[in-house]
Amino acid sequence: MAGYDGTLRRVALTFVRTPAAADEVVQETWLNVVRGLDGFEGRSSLRTWIFKILANVARTRAVRDARSVPFSTLEGEDRPAVEPSAFAADGRWSSAPTRLDADPETGLLSSELRARLRDAVEELPPVQRAVITLRDLVGVPPDEVCDLLGISDGNQRVLLHRARARVRAALVPLVEVSG
Amino acid sequence: MRLLRRRRRDLLVCREFVELVTDYLEGTLPDGDGARFEAHLSECDGCSGYLEDMRRLVASLHRVPAPPPDPATRDALVRAFEDLRGPA
Repeated sequence: MAGYDGTLRRVALTFVRTPAAADEVVQETWLNVVRGLDGFEGRSSLRTWIFKILANVARTRAVRDARSVPFSTLEGEDRPAVEPSAFAADGRWSSAPTRLDADPETGLLSSELRARLRDAVEELPPVQRAVITLRDLVGVPPDEVCDLLGISDGNQRVLLHRARARVRAALVPLVEVSG
Repeated sequence: MRLLRRRRRDLLVCREFVELVTDYLEGTLPDGDGARFEAHLSECDGCSGYLEDMRRLVASLHRVPAPPPDPATRDALVRAFEDLRGPA
């Protein structure tokens, strides 16, 4: 349970605005899970089943509070992945794109950049945040993300694309300052 | 002539490349676009660096630790289990 709990809070925060509301959603989710465990038929993974319960609890609460996170799938269409000024008139890079610092041992981003990832995700518009949280932070497969958020496959991919690009864009100034 | 037309159609510029990166990583690029993507990748240092950074970014997101569990949630759950078991 301890392993799931932080993950559920993370997912809950994509539906409701405040940490307190997210904690309540997670508590209610666990209660529903415990009460409903007999009804779990094993057709989906336990995790998927719990996420669905969480999504229902969170939506119900959001409606009740009239404080739901506004879910606009138009968010996916807001802007290009890389600012247009990075490209010359012929569509090629006007100068080589900034490289993100990497940790040569792990093949991941440098620890300085990794420390900023959570904040960068937090600052995304709500649906992008929900998609990148589920896909990249929690590791939910794309079809389940579509199901949980009620969005199409194509939409899910566009939102993920915008979200990853914006997280990268949030890291670039850190590299340019230090480098 | 035919080769020339085909070559022009196949050319991908960096501005287009960056918009296809997620589809590429997701394995959802149609065959033709996949070939154009990889052709551009093999000849453009800027774009191969961009793709490498996006791979690292995604791998790094996978490793961001989940927030710690909330003690109140654990207590509520313990109570729920006790209720479920009923009075001894």
